[in-house]
Amino acid sequence: VPGVTGEVLLDWARRADEGPFSSVAVLDRVVYDSYEPFAALAAAAAATSRVRLATMIAIGPLRATALLAKQAASVHGLSGGRLTLGLAVGARTEDFDTAGVEHKGRGKKLGEQLAYIRGNVDGDLVGPSRDGIEILVGGLSGSAYARMARYADGYAHNGGPPRAFANAAGRALAAWNDLGRPGKPKLWGQGYFAFADPDRGDAYLRDYYAFTGPFAEKIAAGQLTSARAVKDYVRGYEEAGCDELVLFPTVTGIEELERLQEAIA
Amino acid sequence: VNVAIVGGGPAGLYLAILLSKLDRGVDVRVLERNPPDATFGFGVVFSEETLGALRDADPETHLEITDTFARWDRIDIRFQGRELSSRGHTFSAIARKRLLEILQARCRELGVALEFGVEVAELPWADLVVGADGANSLVRRFADFGTKVRSEGSKYVWFGTDHVFDAFTFAFRETEHGLFNAHAYPYDERMSTFIVECPERVWQRAGLDEMDEQESLTFCEQLFANELRGRELFSNRSLWLDFPKITNRTWHSGNLVILGDAAHTAHFSIGSGTKLAMEDSISLAAALARRRWDLDAAFVDYELEREPYVERTQDAASDSAAYFGRIASYSHLEPIQFAFNLITRAGRITHSTLSVRDPHFTRALDSWLGGRPVSPPPAFSPYELRGVRFENRFELVEGEAAVSEDGRTSCEEAAVPDGKLLLRLTHAGRRGATQPRSRGVDLPLQDGWPVVAPTKRPYGPFGAVPGAPDEDAVLEAFVAAAGKAQAAVLEIDMAHGYLLGSYLSPLTNDEADRLRFPLRVLEAVRAAWEGPLAVRLSVTDWHPRGNQIDDGIAIARALAEHGCDLVHVEAGQTIHDDRPQYRRGFLTALSDRVRNEARVPTLVGGYLTTLDEANTIVGAGRADLVLLDLPETEIEHPVATSESRSLGEVRA
Repeated sequence: VPGVTGEVLLDWARRADEGPFSSVAVLDRVVYDSYEPFAALAAAAAATSRVRLATMIAIGPLRATALLAKQAASVHGLSGGRLTLGLAVGARTEDFDTAGVEHKGRGKKLGEQLAYIRGNVDGDLVGPSRDGIEILVGGLSGSAYARMARYADGYAHNGGPPRAFANAAGRALAAWNDLGRPGKPKLWGQGYFAFADPDRGDAYLRDYYAFTGPFAEKIAAGQLTSARAVKDYVRGYEEAGCDELVLFPTVTGIEELERLQEAIA
Repeated sequence: VNVAIVGGGPAGLYLAILLSKLDRGVDVRVLERNPPDATFGFGVVFSEETLGALRDADPETHLEITDTFARWDRIDIRFQGRELSSRGHTFSAIARKRLLEILQARCRELGVALEFGVEVAELPWADLVVGADGANSLVRRFADFGTKVRSEGSKYVWFGTDHVFDAFTFAFRETEHGLFNAHAYPYDERMSTFIVECPERVWQRAGLDEMDEQESLTFCEQLFANELRGRELFSNRSLWLDFPKITNRTWHSGNLVILGDAAHTAHFSIGSGTKLAMEDSISLAAALARRRWDLDAAFVDYELEREPYVERTQDAASDSAAYFGRIASYSHLEPIQFAFNLITRAGRITHSTLSVRDPHFTRALDSWLGGRPVSPPPAFSPYELRGVRFENRFELVEGEAAVSEDGRTSCEEAAVPDGKLLLRLTHAGRRGATQPRSRGVDLPLQDGWPVVAPTKRPYGPFGAVPGAPDEDAVLEAFVAAAGKAQAAVLEIDMAHGYLLGSYLSPLTNDEADRLRFPLRVLEAVRAAWEGPLAVRLSVTDWHPRGNQIDDGIAIARALAEHGCDLVHVEAGQTIHDDRPQYRRGFLTALSDRVRNEARVPTLVGGYLTTLDEANTIVGAGRADLVLLDLPETEIEHPVATSESRSLGEVRA
């Protein structure tokens, strides 16, 4: 959320680590008042000892492959092996333009990055060790599901009602099966919440997703604004087979975390 | 509040009724380009759920509508001189003209201004403007809705007849030009809708492209004289059309909102167009009431509520349209299987749901497949392939063996499973020398062995450049492995971009006769193996420059001619960056096409997780054998007791 201080951010991380939560997660955007995800997770690594640290998701192709691998491995190492690396191609052209990176061919580049990070093709020259980094891939295209099943440990969904998640989960499982992977992919979901000041949260979501046009309103309409709504959402996702559900606050007050904790207790 | 509704069809009129009822301050105008009594089409179909929604929304019109309804619960399928019936499908229909009269009368009663003969040249002034003006909507021009229009299905023409059918009737008529089919249903005590359909090439061969309205009516009347029992067809500007599938990225813009056919169409063969339109009206009116005329909020609610339902219906409608487009390929099926295939064409009815609606029908299907008066469902029916008998359709388990050291994918030894074994002989080609699958797929080994393929391009990122295969050695390795194999079914792997699969695709093989080497291997293995021989095939490459489904079907046909008994249907993975279409059962439709167009037995997987899917697939003739992925389910949990004993201990 724009304007949030480092202090507030780490307070959230610390309190989550003390509470019943299993992960803290960050998202990724260049042209916005937001923290760089790997820097934020590195700081969170120092402030926490238990929770997993997740990018949900980071835009892989914005970064040079070896540097992305190094950033991820560093957070993983600094946190004692707690990184979950969610990657996707990203959607905003302005992020690519501003970063000076070609938007076209980003799917292909993400495939290469995943093969690089997972496959140890550099002969372990770029340390620290990447062993044990849990990798998730997001996206709704057939190619995204294939990339997930080919290189990752699980799928990162982009949010929405439980039935949208269930639909995507079915596709992820089908892809996993098609590529002959043993076991099952980890399924991560997400949602947005604001208890105290939903209108401000609404305004943030409309602003953050303005690039999607009319879709921004739908994302804002899906914001969870009551304990009841959060409970129903959690139950719906659980039934749809979600392994880890990330709830992103859209307003910054630490009371929000307490109310979330009460809602899911 | 001022509301201008453009279009006086069922959706527009119904919305006008519902909005006028909201409160007295709402001023509604309906602008219709045609006169009040003009109507196109004959009857429209409703389902039980829609009727329930209409009753709740406006009991007055519901009563009048249901009063004049034709109702029936049977589907009749007339095919190859036989007639099969399935019961338990509740349908109602009404004359479109009568429906409009009822809605117009109710509008007048509620004080809605109905303006006929009005062409909307510019955006009408109002607080809320509704585009309910059908598939060729003019309102859509006033904003960017991201409209896409493409035609789907076959050529069709919409008639009425005074023969009153007593069931929803699908009739099929073989001619020298090809297969025609008709969809017919009654809509009041005097009349029925009668739609005739055929693929475009049949339509041209029959000369229908050059006939006028009367000539084509006479042609259809004679063609279906039996079904019409000598009665007439009636025309109402009845011209042959292509069905336009319409989608819009969004259904609102500013104070403008679209609904019904203007927003989305669904192919007539599942009879949902009017139903969707009137449900849209109910949803939009309810959202406006709930949001107290906050248009933005109400439009978002309306879209969020309707979109998933509309999308599912449009998907089912597209499946149904495509089914009727290739109907001729099913003419070899037994009538009972043909009928079951038709009923389950859109994925909305399965073996299990039909067995509740019409247990007699599924019992007849089961006993035809099982060969006894009382038989278990299709997946449990026996099957025989080249002298090997299968107790059921899902007992095969896959095992895999590389024919040579350099044809392995990784260093791991694959365990050979217990059960009725389908042993796949494979050569990994350029997908060889990779790390174990538990880590990922196509991750090259750092100290791997050289790989081979008919292309010089590596399979994926950081992959090795393939060398040229020694074809004679590969052939010998396949034959030697076949000679040693112990299995119920032997399978040659020509799928997923492995060595033989990479020969088959234009993406990975430049030679003109791409079947040359795979067929050589097939023939040699055929000579060395007496039992059932399967080939695993990527029927499509899921890539615009690769093999398309029709190419895959042609390959399947060639394989069958060269001794393949069973095609194991797969798709994609020919190259690393293809564009797959994943969902549960994603290979079923491909298997259906291979089996019924190439007329070769098929085996299909594709993440099938229920027995119901297997029953439906086998019952409908979409595959002969299936590979199931039944999930591990836990329905029993340990009971916590005061002594905290585990369930196992209690049992012991």
